[in-house]
Amino acid sequence: MTSYWAVVSARFRELLQYRAAAVAGMGTQLFWGLIRVMIFEAFYRSSVARHPMEIDEVTTYVWLGQAFLALLPWNLDLSLRNQIRTGGVGYELIRPVDLYAYWFSRSLAWRTAPTLLRAPLLIVFAFIIMGMHTPASWGSAGAFIIAMAGAVLLSAALSTLFNITILWTLSADGMLGLAPAVVTTLSGMIVPIPLYPDWAQTILNFLPFRGLVDVPFRLYLGHIPPGELPMLLAHQLVWTIAIVIVGRWALSRGLRRVIIQGG
Amino acid sequence: MLNAVRLYMRYLEISVRGQMQYRASFVMLSIGHLLATGVEFVAILVLFARFDNLQGWTLHEVAFLYGMVNVSFSIADAAARGFDLFGNMVKSGEFDRLLTRPRSTALQLAGQELTLRRVGRFAQGFAVMAWASFAMDVSWSATDVALLIGTVAGGVCIFIGLVVLQATLAFWTTETLEIMNTVTYGGVETTQYPLAIYRPWFQRLFTFGVPLGCVSYFPALAILGKPDPLGSPLWFQYAAPLIGVMFLLVALRAWRFGERHYLSTGS
Repeated sequence: MTSYWAVVSARFRELLQYRAAAVAGMGTQLFWGLIRVMIFEAFYRSSVARHPMEIDEVTTYVWLGQAFLALLPWNLDLSLRNQIRTGGVGYELIRPVDLYAYWFSRSLAWRTAPTLLRAPLLIVFAFIIMGMHTPASWGSAGAFIIAMAGAVLLSAALSTLFNITILWTLSADGMLGLAPAVVTTLSGMIVPIPLYPDWAQTILNFLPFRGLVDVPFRLYLGHIPPGELPMLLAHQLVWTIAIVIVGRWALSRGLRRVIIQGG
Repeated sequence: MLNAVRLYMRYLEISVRGQMQYRASFVMLSIGHLLATGVEFVAILVLFARFDNLQGWTLHEVAFLYGMVNVSFSIADAAARGFDLFGNMVKSGEFDRLLTRPRSTALQLAGQELTLRRVGRFAQGFAVMAWASFAMDVSWSATDVALLIGTVAGGVCIFIGLVVLQATLAFWTTETLEIMNTVTYGGVETTQYPLAIYRPWFQRLFTFGVPLGCVSYFPALAILGKPDPLGSPLWFQYAAPLIGVMFLLVALRAWRFGERHYLSTGS
């Protein structure tokens, strides 16, 4: 256990070195969030009907999305890819740790470090000048924090699974292109799930991805009452466990056929 | 001039032949690219299923705009890849090699690579545009077709211009700044929707600052025969794509200026 903590904290310190990149990234995300908010505002202005979410809620939802963007499992660990391509992965195999748990810890650190860097500043900005709202109630705030913890675990499990696919494909290009598209669409990052057609909502509510974005954000808004937290948490955890099991299986299969590249 | 064009063609031929050595990889990457960029359109479909119009614009009209912007962007993205690689060339000092050759550096960089797998986004944008114009039953007159081609050409010019400007900054910073990506990708996202829906300062930014509105929204109004709530005159809607060409010329000017201030990092 302690060795995993070491990985997490090392990764943390490594990422924290790139503060300038974090500031630049924040500028991009403010710009991006603003575009999204304006598009939603225009759609809401064009229609008088009542919709499953109010525009104020959507605005806050968009800003939460920008603040926690780095938490999504949408990029691969490129140093891992290089290791697999150059044969460095051989070193990973001789470490006296459980490889899956080690890679999982890496993903965990990879997801949380940039988020902790960016999210607070971005949220402050969004509150002051971008019209973001506070959580609906103390209960909603608490439910949001707990669901975010579940989202982090789910995201790390998915990231690890994506990384493991490199053992098969060697080049990560295909996954790098597809993962963000799939994850942002199915999680409700681009369009909140309540705005999807009903038949699509049935599917999206079953899939694991809503646990990353839709569940915590709507708990924050009070759009889902805090009382539903236990059910939703179960949804997140069951999927996380399932993905971990698939990941472990895929890793052991992948390692059986791994060829150490290079001499 | 003619010689430069011939040389550029030769460069492209080599690049294409190189990529065709890995045919399976090319096919898979293109399909991946098509799917990855295709989901952007899903968002538009979902929103229109819920709201049915966007300040007087129908799904088909927005789809047409979306297709046009994505076709322009994909062509520019494929053609200007060399300028993307430029940051690394400066860092490694490899750019010095280009300076010793008796041709302009912009030409040599443009000829570095024609990234064929961008055909994914192109096909997707083109399909959406074709679908939209069939569904709307656009009556294509010769002027409309000319305007459409001019608009796409103008769009390609602006997107290439943006990449050139980004690369130009690297003459001073050595590191390629990601900041221009915000404008490029943000611009694609922005101009997929009609410019009139945004706040006034934002409309001005994308008309006068980064004139992407001039190669999407304004000419699209003329092609679709829609009135403009922003009140642009018809002649402007036809002339707007020319601003794209001017933008590229200015960007190339800036490039030449930056080049004179280049200090090699090599040893």
